[in-house]
Amino acid sequence: MRGIWKAFGAVQALRGVDLELWPGEVLGLVGDNAAGKSTLMKVLTGVHRPDAGEIVLADRRVAFHSPRDSRALGIEMIYQNLALAPNLDVVANVFLGREVTRRALPHAVEWLDERRMESETRSLLDRLRITIDSVRRPVERLSGGQQQAVAIARAVAFQARVVIMDEPTASLAVKEVGKVLDLVGTLRGKGVSVILISHRLQDIFSVADRVMVLLGGQCVAVRRVAETTMDEVVKHIVGAEAGGLDHLASGR
Amino acid sequence: MSGRLAGWASAATWSRVALPAVIVLMGVTFASLNPNFYSATNLRNVARQTAILGITACGQTMVILSGGFDLSVGMVIGLISVAGSLVMSQWGLWPGMVAGLLMGVVVGGLNGVMVATAGLPPFIATLATFSAARGLALILSGGLPITDLPADYRWLGAGHLLTLPLPAVIAAVVFVGCHVLMKKTRFGRYVYAIGGSEEAAVFSGVPVVRYKVTVWSFHGLLVGAAAVILTSRAVSGHATLGEGAELESIAATVIGGTALGRGRGSIFNTFLGVVAMGVLTNGLNLINVSTYYQMVAMGVIIAGAVYVDQWRHRQR
Repeated sequence: MRGIWKAFGAVQALRGVDLELWPGEVLGLVGDNAAGKSTLMKVLTGVHRPDAGEIVLADRRVAFHSPRDSRALGIEMIYQNLALAPNLDVVANVFLGREVTRRALPHAVEWLDERRMESETRSLLDRLRITIDSVRRPVERLSGGQQQAVAIARAVAFQARVVIMDEPTASLAVKEVGKVLDLVGTLRGKGVSVILISHRLQDIFSVADRVMVLLGGQCVAVRRVAETTMDEVVKHIVGAEAGGLDHLASGR
Repeated sequence: MSGRLAGWASAATWSRVALPAVIVLMGVTFASLNPNFYSATNLRNVARQTAILGITACGQTMVILSGGFDLSVGMVIGLISVAGSLVMSQWGLWPGMVAGLLMGVVVGGLNGVMVATAGLPPFIATLATFSAARGLALILSGGLPITDLPADYRWLGAGHLLTLPLPAVIAAVVFVGCHVLMKKTRFGRYVYAIGGSEEAAVFSGVPVVRYKVTVWSFHGLLVGAAAVILTSRAVSGHATLGEGAELESIAATVIGGTALGRGRGSIFNTFLGVVAMGVLTNGLNLINVSTYYQMVAMGVIIAGAVYVDQWRHRQR
């Protein structure tokens, strides 16, 4: 993403943001509320169209008019709490909106191919090393971490190249956070790029390769995680570095 | 302890064990109070009388599974009974029946558009339809029954197929068809998904508005079918023919164990709910309990069934 600008009425939400993401890289995206994180991700998934700037995916310039477009090119967003239908089982959730069917009568009747969806779900969960004893259980009966794992599995089930996770650990018990972060590592191992939005810096420092800080709609810092500290990142988030203060003084 | 209690009272236990047991218990009780209960004639009567409820309850269940519910069923039946009869007396048997079904689809679709596109709460949208349909039915009929219907028409409500009452056969086909639709097709999967979490359905790329309007229209088709059959049984078009059908269909659905507004339950549950209601109504009639008391009992049963369901949900 290069030079992304986006305004909502008089509010300038994004001011020329660049975002670079390599295959198999985990990028932590941090920033205070209203810093522009979710607007930037909505531009990337095609929910919003940018006023200026371009998105280049694998050397090709792309434009998204809806989330369907971005999904077709392998960009998946996992929304916090909205991803799953609690009354449906794991298989139905993984395939929701993309059911596999068998033709009973051509162009008239199609049956859901439950057997195939179930076996594909099992092998998907195996590949991602997610353990869920029954894929036929409604997801509301699973733990928070398992639900998050199903949401992630669902996102990568269809050749995702980029997965965006919005606060995947926010509502989890401590012991489940580690499992979800392990899963992020597994995705990276399979060449999937992950953008991880989180308020929990310890999560980002434990799993991300780089961290990017947004403030007032601008990118104020990009650091390799190995070469920075939480303190430095926090300073950038609140704008306590010199640049950040200038930015505040300029009257946003 | 409360966890075990909730497990015991789970929805699955209710529909697979408790409700069938209640039905059997009612059967035994009524049979001991009135030996006619188990006569073939009476059982055929139960099937015939319950058929209309079965058809409307199937549609109601699908709408409830999608997160809505329909209070307009009874008055729409009255409207279709009157309007369909008028068409029939003018143009003949088949045009009249087809017009009745089509009117059902249109009114159901209208409810669906109000709910899905305009975003009205189902309660308000269908209450508005209730009032409008009732008014229209009375305007069209002038408050009088329409009696000059073709003689052939009676067969639909009173006829038999292999000694089984025809309405019951139709209801059975509707039950099987709806069950297959809900369990084996993408349509059913999306109805459940929308009822479970509309947001998740939207984010998964399910065309939610289209599927909601479709499920309401399909429900409308079933209401139309119920109206056409009921009119045949009454041998006249009448504006108040379906009175109470909305509450009865909701009652059968919730007694079966389908939850209001959470996408949980099934057509099979509703089948049991319909059987239970049919046996109860018939049994109370046989032991001479007045219809007025039965109405009171139904109110209590509806409130109780919804309360038990919500209590079950809180235990999770």
